[in-house]
Amino acid sequence: MKSTVSMILAAVGIGALILFGTRFVNPVPNEEGNVLHVYNWGEYIDPDLLAKFEEETGIRVIYETFDSNEAMKVKVNQGGTNYDVVFPSEYMVEKMVVEDLLMPLDHEQIPNMKNIGDNFLDQPFDPGNTYSLPYFWGTVGVLYHPETTEGLDFSDWDTLWDDRLENDILMVDGAREVMGVGLNSMGHSLNETNEEVLQEAEEKLEALGPNVRGIVGDEIAAMMEVNEAKAAVVWSGMAQDIMWENEALDFTVPEGGSNLWFDTMVIPRTAQNVEGAHQFMNFLLDPENGAQNTEWVGYATPNEAAYQLLDKEIRQDERFYPDQEQQEELEVYRNLGPEMISLYNELFLRFKMALE
Amino acid sequence: MMRRLLFIPYLIWIVLFVVAPLGLMVGYSFFDISGNPTLANYGAFFSSEYFEMTLSSFWYAFLITLFSLLISYPLALAIRQTKHKMFWLLLIILPTWINLLLKTYAFIGMFGKEGLVNAVATALGFAEQQLLFSDIAFIIVSVYIFIPFMLLPIFNAVDGIENNLLSAARDLGASKWDVLMRVLMPLSLPGIKTGIQIVFIPSLSLFMITRLITGNKVITLGTAIEQQFLTTENWGMGSTIGVFLILAMMLVMTVTSGRNKETGRVGRL
Amino acid sequence: MKMLGRSYMVIIFICLYLPIAYLIFYSFNSGGTMTNFDGFTLEHYKSVFTDRRLIVILLNTVAVALISAGLATLIGIGGAIGLYNIRMKRLKQSLLSLNNVMIVSPDVIIGASLLILFTVLGISLGAFSVILAHIAFSVPIVVLMILPKLQDMNASYLDAARDLGANSFDVLWRVIIPHIKPGILAGFFMALTYSLDDFAVTFFVTGGGFSVLSVEIYAMARRGISLEINAISTLVFLVVLLIALGYYFITTRPSVKRGGIT
Repeated sequence: MKSTVSMILAAVGIGALILFGTRFVNPVPNEEGNVLHVYNWGEYIDPDLLAKFEEETGIRVIYETFDSNEAMKVKVNQGGTNYDVVFPSEYMVEKMVVEDLLMPLDHEQIPNMKNIGDNFLDQPFDPGNTYSLPYFWGTVGVLYHPETTEGLDFSDWDTLWDDRLENDILMVDGAREVMGVGLNSMGHSLNETNEEVLQEAEEKLEALGPNVRGIVGDEIAAMMEVNEAKAAVVWSGMAQDIMWENEALDFTVPEGGSNLWFDTMVIPRTAQNVEGAHQFMNFLLDPENGAQNTEWVGYATPNEAAYQLLDKEIRQDERFYPDQEQQEELEVYRNLGPEMISLYNELFLRFKMALE
Repeated sequence: MMRRLLFIPYLIWIVLFVVAPLGLMVGYSFFDISGNPTLANYGAFFSSEYFEMTLSSFWYAFLITLFSLLISYPLALAIRQTKHKMFWLLLIILPTWINLLLKTYAFIGMFGKEGLVNAVATALGFAEQQLLFSDIAFIIVSVYIFIPFMLLPIFNAVDGIENNLLSAARDLGASKWDVLMRVLMPLSLPGIKTGIQIVFIPSLSLFMITRLITGNKVITLGTAIEQQFLTTENWGMGSTIGVFLILAMMLVMTVTSGRNKETGRVGRL
Repeated sequence: MKMLGRSYMVIIFICLYLPIAYLIFYSFNSGGTMTNFDGFTLEHYKSVFTDRRLIVILLNTVAVALISAGLATLIGIGGAIGLYNIRMKRLKQSLLSLNNVMIVSPDVIIGASLLILFTVLGISLGAFSVILAHIAFSVPIVVLMILPKLQDMNASYLDAARDLGANSFDVLWRVIIPHIKPGILAGFFMALTYSLDDFAVTFFVTGGGFSVLSVEIYAMARRGISLEINAISTLVFLVVLLIALGYYFITTRPSVKRGGIT
């Protein structure tokens, strides 16, 4: 009856063989070679561009993906593997700067920086773009089904509290976003630090409870595509993805303020191929490449030169490329410090616990 | 001697991968979000919110375990009677090798307002159900995940029972029910206990499906830990909840492993 | 009674396979997501075969699962027998509790603490660290699966074996291992499940471009999971199913009585 143990040993052996075999399917370059470790969100770059970059520069791109800013930061912070280009969201850039995890960019090496629209440079989370360059940007707004919500005007945050939306709103699972709905609807800043005001916002949100069908993450897309709810508070980029699949939906950014977010490109302090990282950023900011990437990803690009190359229909879509006046109402999240963020999360948790 | 030698890798595993991380976790639980030593995390844990969360975690874990057991026990008996046991068992394990997130998306599609379940229900003349975001959906999906885990130990226990033992009982005039309750049940008890441990313990810390299936309307300790680590970045508080989860696990172990008389009798191998 | 058992099994199997069927169905969807079926296409299967990165990731996934489940099972066998032999109740109970710490700990905690552990020990992140982590969280399930089998072992067998002059190696090899075989196999399979399902731990301890399917899938969530994943899952599913069916037909000769999962 030795067969049990030998069967298990065989499994280990087969596994080792397979692992060894992967070398031949997609040869790993030896570490001496010119490689670039890129760490990005999943499905967030046109793979053809990676191939093009490799061809043009001879640099081999090793591409890894993450699914949350915080988890990414743990990896960058703890080391063990060294990433050369990383794509954090703007609030994470600020945190990473505070924790001294990022390397200042050498703007000389990124001539294509001139392609970025002025509106998107020199933002408060990174003055002078010392550490980061914007990759995509967007807002937070309401995705809704115009047919079933007839008569409701989503250009006002307060509409979400309407009785007709009972049990029919989905919200993204983010403390800042959900608290933001409360704050914006009361005319406060998204970076409010007054505890009393925050408490009030949470109380107001609790009144929204009966309308909330669920607080969900990325799967909100799958749900809205089949009209699981009449309205959803989502990021604009996600709304764009969903509307691609479900044409019956519309998106609007309510007046009275909303969030302006960026996903950015940065170079961690631990980067090994700093020159390659700059080359890669410059490559992505090229007008042609930027336009190609924007078409593939579908989010709004801060790259003015690339923007001009997009279809007129896309360029004039004010839902995703709001005009100057609307943009001025938008606010970027600031890093409010750990205590304040804890408070936001605590209030958010209280709101969640109060659901049903 | 031989067996001592075999025990060594396991002990190394315990020290390296259990004791060390455990120490780290307990250590973290005494620090606040800015890295100052504190006892406040433990104070916060005893606030009403976490107490409520603990209660609801236990309640759902209990329900999940109960339904997994009710479904798996007859299933184990049914498989025991088949010819190709290994084949059927493999068929039960096979779905667990498909990625959980993918399956959860399938459930979202099926449970949705316009999903498969509602299509069938309305075709049969029932009213449209709002399954998604309900605790029922949460329990269904959890039980779905845990059935193989409950089934395997129970199957191993009932399969070890000799058939002639059962027929002997029948010959002696025991009813089917008696055979089940007086012969099968006691003999399969170790398997049931293991099944309960393997299902109850991890279901205390379920996290992903609470968000995906119930839209955060069910919040368990696992959800809270995940959020403390990955949203608030408050590793101290996350660790504190983790410490309590481990204490809860130990409690469950004591309850389910108590008084195993046979063990003493069998003696050393 | 037999009929009842059969029909019960059929119902359970339908329930277990419904979500899988759903996934497979949408792998043929010419639309982009798992929600609206636009039309039939094999495009996603084609792109699986041309996507070298994805194929490597799939191979990594299978390799990590086999290696880690195998090694975890071997460690677990030694562990279960060792635990069983401990006479002091206190010690046994504490070791068992330690054994289960990994099962109750949420993945984020395991992942984060293993990441810290590996960087402190200077283990570079990649295939090796991922396998090590998977062994780490698979061992306890193996132990739990084997322990009840040890407990229901009849001591008289062992005595008889010893009386007949078997040394302790023979007892282990010829008596104990065959008896706990169902537990070992169950443990091995559950370890495979653990390994294939894990996302969070792998995410933290991987590096150097080494990736497995679950990490890829989760990272795709924000932009929507590509149907290529459905296609690749369908392929894996079919391969395993074929192996199982092959086994079924090879063993159509009357199966050996007793012996649990043979």
